[in-house]
Amino acid sequence: MDMNEIKEIFFQECEEQLAELESGLLKLNDGDRDPETVNAVFRAVHSIKGGAGAFGLDDLVSFAHVFETTLDCVRSNKLEPNQDVLKVMLKSADVLADLVTASRDGGSVDESRSRGLVKELEALAKGEMPSGGAAEAPKAAPVAAAAPAATDDSGFQPIPFSFDDDFGGDDAAKSVFEVTFKPRRDLFAKGNEAALLLRDLSRLGEMAINCDTEALPALDKIDPEETYFSWTISVTTDKTEQDVRAVFEFAEWDCDLEVSEVAAEAAEELPMVPVPFDLSALDDEPAAAPAPTPVAEVPVDTKMAAAAARVEKKEAAAAPAAAAAANNAAAAANAAGQTIRVDLDRVDRLINLVGELVINQAMLSQSVVENDTNGTSSINMGLEELQQLTREIQDSVMAIRAQPVKPVFQRMSRIVREVADMVGKSIRLVTEGENTEVDKTVIDKIAEPLTHMIRNAVDHGIESPEKREAAGKDPEGTIKLSAKHRSGRILIELIDDGGGINRERVKQKAIDNDLISPDANLSDEEIDNLIFAPGFSTADKISDISGRGVGMDVVKRSIQALGGRISISSRPGLGSTFTMSLPLTLAVLDGMVVTVAGQTLVVPLTAIVETLQPEASSIHSFGANQRLISIRNSFCPLVDVGRILNFRSTQANPVEGVALLVESEGGGQRALMVDAIQGQRQVVIKSLEANYTHVPGIAAATILGDGRVALILDVDAVVAASRGQSMKQDGALKADMSLAAAG
Amino acid sequence: MKKKVLTVDDSRTIRNMLLVTLNNAGFETIQAEDGVEGLEVLEGCNPDVIVTDINMPRLDGFGFIEGVRRNEKYRAIPILVLTTESDAEKKNRARQAGATGWIVKPFDPAKLIDAIERVTA
Repeated sequence: MDMNEIKEIFFQECEEQLAELESGLLKLNDGDRDPETVNAVFRAVHSIKGGAGAFGLDDLVSFAHVFETTLDCVRSNKLEPNQDVLKVMLKSADVLADLVTASRDGGSVDESRSRGLVKELEALAKGEMPSGGAAEAPKAAPVAAAAPAATDDSGFQPIPFSFDDDFGGDDAAKSVFEVTFKPRRDLFAKGNEAALLLRDLSRLGEMAINCDTEALPALDKIDPEETYFSWTISVTTDKTEQDVRAVFEFAEWDCDLEVSEVAAEAAEELPMVPVPFDLSALDDEPAAAPAPTPVAEVPVDTKMAAAAARVEKKEAAAAPAAAAAANNAAAAANAAGQTIRVDLDRVDRLINLVGELVINQAMLSQSVVENDTNGTSSINMGLEELQQLTREIQDSVMAIRAQPVKPVFQRMSRIVREVADMVGKSIRLVTEGENTEVDKTVIDKIAEPLTHMIRNAVDHGIESPEKREAAGKDPEGTIKLSAKHRSGRILIELIDDGGGINRERVKQKAIDNDLISPDANLSDEEIDNLIFAPGFSTADKISDISGRGVGMDVVKRSIQALGGRISISSRPGLGSTFTMSLPLTLAVLDGMVVTVAGQTLVVPLTAIVETLQPEASSIHSFGANQRLISIRNSFCPLVDVGRILNFRSTQANPVEGVALLVESEGGGQRALMVDAIQGQRQVVIKSLEANYTHVPGIAAATILGDGRVALILDVDAVVAASRGQSMKQDGALKADMSLAAAG
Repeated sequence: MKKKVLTVDDSRTIRNMLLVTLNNAGFETIQAEDGVEGLEVLEGCNPDVIVTDINMPRLDGFGFIEGVRRNEKYRAIPILVLTTESDAEKKNRARQAGATGWIVKPFDPAKLIDAIERVTA
């Protein structure tokens, strides 16, 4: 792994931390005061800052630092995270996200915005802290003062601490320092070790050392955890006093330490008996350590040797236990890595291969069936198992691509904030079912239409605070975004508590735009659904928020392109609900295989409500070439799929075929006439656009077990075309059927 | 014999940097993602030194250090705190909990190794 890979991981992690940050802030916004929520928010920013520092992303570091400082005030209860504070923080989270993106992709950020927020954050931190921002200014430990401690305006400068900065490099003259060092028992309790400190000191230069053993009591009085020795060391070095003190940086609290410089010439006159000290003995690998003092016999210290022996013994006792526990450690290490990150391409390749496998298996099954008359051979049984396994493999592979909708939902909360800010409304976004999983492609593609709908809901759906108050509503609007699984699809609902669809205006607009005739008699539902009609936009003036020249028809089209459906229901004065139903995966589809005019088509099972065999008595003519079928005392338009797709020019006799009752997008049902049903099957979706070109009325293609291409019907498009027909527009779709024949 | 380092940090980025740095320097590295896991892993791995972050979920660095020091077997093990906190207060809390020393992030690989060498024999 190199630094670039780690950097990639860092950005991935940033995404996660940003999501964590936002959801935490939103929880706080909802009144959650769990300290762990505050901690998680703090940690998220802290982690981003830590990683950014490692990669020298200074802009990111300094903004994250200011943000973190303010969050720290919240964490330590110095700052109450009220709505105003959270508003600033949520905006800061947005800027932080922008900075991350800019750091990754090399873009730029709105500097005035981030500067403004830095000021706001600093004001929040200062306003509530007794000593102002000063308490947060980084303080170096006394000995660390050797490191440059420049402070910029933000009060922050990461201090790269150096253990070996050579400030006296240009000064060839050597000084002599006298160091007295008396460790206290805490020094050892914290894992420091006097001998190691002396070793470090010896690396500064020539050293003469004297151990004072005066305080050592009689053997039976020795407390093994007490310290009895102190040392007086004379170091001749070209380093400064700060360097000498830096050796004791970790230990200075737990020892009595005096460092003083003595004149070089006076050094010889020191009344000190130098005791040679074998420091290299401390090293596992003697060669690795410089041996500044000549190795010599350690005089005295039988006690020290005894102490060393005791330590060894203790270690020896610990060894078997350690060995026994080693397995546990390995197990724990394994448990730590329960997720892996995989390149999406690899997963897609796998999915593609499994798709091919499914087709291949179907073809194999079919040819076995054709060649095996009694159908009981072991080959047949083996094939059944293969089919089941294939299905399982397919499901498992699909599951790899499944992702929670959470990231998309979180993005929406930012959009709500920004748009609401722009139009001067106060709106809360409530999300539900964020952990609902769906194929990653669906997630990626849902973001744009959802964004558009959210903008619409904020801009047009929710009324201004004044209007809301006048209507006796909470001045703060609520938009609810929810996701759930329902019968093999994902259902996403967007509910606002705004004014609902203004049907009068919608209808007028539709008439003005020539979408409906002025005397058209439409149900409320039909009027509501007019907003999805191409070329419809209710905004009297195109705002830069939801305008952009695209309307809900674009949203509808993108949802449909995903094999989804969208509908609206609205109650005047109470709000609107948009319901989107999407397939969980775009790779396979459960379909009904039907025959139409000799062609094999696949109708998505999800669209079919029921199938029925029409009787002559239930078919009614209506106008020139319209027919209705009566089903349980209600009439439903009959749509001849063969005619709509131009498979044939005359209408088939409904009694000879089968009617598929389908639920169409704009509400209402249609009965699709097909010649016969071949069966139900899971088919692998192959894009027609990618391999051929778009065919009206056809959603995609698939390869059947016999190796032939079958087209997958776009039910909504067919229904819409039949409507167009009834409105005497351009008749049947010009579908190019040569492809189906070519298979 | 290779020296064994246990690192405890919740950031995947930092974990990876530590891993690369320590492995390159010839250490054996064992990693944990937070204080709780750190204490679990510690039991079996018998490290020569521990490097830990402070801000972590479940159990933070202070709690982790205290936990290590309570363990008879590991109470004298050197623990280095690796953290962006450069202010004295946090350093002091870490010391009170029983930290041996600290390394201020963003860390420089050479300094990390140096600090580890300083506190291990």
